[in-house]
Amino acid sequence: MNGLLDALAKLGRSAIDRIWRLGFACRFFLYMFLHSGTAFRRFRLTIREIYFAGVLSLIIILVSGLFVGMVLGLQGYDTLQRYGSSEALGVLVALSLVRELGPVVAGLLFASRAGSAITAEIGLMKATEQISAMEMMAVDPISRVVAPRFWAGVLSMPLLAALFSAMGIFGGYLVGVQLIGVDEGAFWSQMQAAVDIREDVLNGVIKSVVFGVAVTWIAVFEGYDAPPTAEGVSGATTRTVVTSSLAILALDFVLTALMFTGGNAK
Amino acid sequence: MNRSTIDLWVGLFVAMGLGALLFLALKVGNLASFSTSESYQVQAKFANIGGLKVRAPIKSAGVVVGRVSEIRFDNESYEALVVLNVDAKFQFPRDTSAKILTSGLLGEQYIGLEAGGDAKMLKTGDNMKLTQSAVVLENLISQFMFSKAQEGKESK
Repeated sequence: MNGLLDALAKLGRSAIDRIWRLGFACRFFLYMFLHSGTAFRRFRLTIREIYFAGVLSLIIILVSGLFVGMVLGLQGYDTLQRYGSSEALGVLVALSLVRELGPVVAGLLFASRAGSAITAEIGLMKATEQISAMEMMAVDPISRVVAPRFWAGVLSMPLLAALFSAMGIFGGYLVGVQLIGVDEGAFWSQMQAAVDIREDVLNGVIKSVVFGVAVTWIAVFEGYDAPPTAEGVSGATTRTVVTSSLAILALDFVLTALMFTGGNAK
Repeated sequence: MNRSTIDLWVGLFVAMGLGALLFLALKVGNLASFSTSESYQVQAKFANIGGLKVRAPIKSAGVVVGRVSEIRFDNESYEALVVLNVDAKFQFPRDTSAKILTSGLLGEQYIGLEAGGDAKMLKTGDNMKLTQSAVVLENLISQFMFSKAQEGKESK
């Protein structure tokens, strides 16, 4: 009986703890948003973080984009040629990349490449008491350390997703047109006829901005909230990757449901 | 403030990202056809529009001359009311007929215009009188079956 009660109490405590953390994360977000003036006034700080979050993620984004596009080209051709419509390969590759794969896969890669680094960095700064030292010197660590990282992530993410999509379409072109021999004119013209600027490209960009906000928010919050021990920082880094991957996939479903069903109902 | 190599890399990154966005907008999405040129709206009523969608092309002699801007249901005549957005470059006579056609066997549906002989031209707000509905495959098959059955009776 006692064991059961203990388990119940534990469950309740962990639930309350989760909600507490969520509320703290929201307050943290608002505080960061209001104190991000420094990130723009001293834009050098943000540029430095764009270098670490964006430029250093370029290689993984470009290479995986190329390979995803090439696989789409191969698989898409294999299926489409059964129905005698292999010219629609361009449409398939472009739409699946611009609408879904570009923002989502780039977001997942960004979370594991840059998000984890941000969490580990801020967590270690906290563990080695650099954050407390800043507070002692009357420097607000949120506007000096956290906000530039956040804005760098938000600015980098759409650019990375666009590069991923562009690279993927190039990969699909390489495999479809150069390797297999789908007609080049049909590949591009059908793609241009099917892809809509507002419906597809702009919605993809909106998705990637939302993912950028979600991933970097989770990353900076987990870093700032990490227990100041080696174990705490490692746990926070793991949580960043897990939580932001789940957040990306869940948000993607919500955004897709909002964006792409209204058009079809007409 | 002096320049550093980080600035160079970030600049390169931002330029590449914007270039990719531009590529997606121009080469993939074809912003060029996203024209804001002058156009006029005419209405046409169809008994059945089949699978016609908003933004479907309007073609005359196979050339795209406009796009469908709106599809409504007219509750008085129980017909579909389609608003056609035709480019102002292309003027059509008043008695032009509109047909709903299908590109290929299973392709998307579009509106085909066939010019008439009237001296007056269509302008915004006009109604197109001569329309032909979409061919619905099920109706076609049932008509065919019906006529076959009819033939069988006569030959007896």
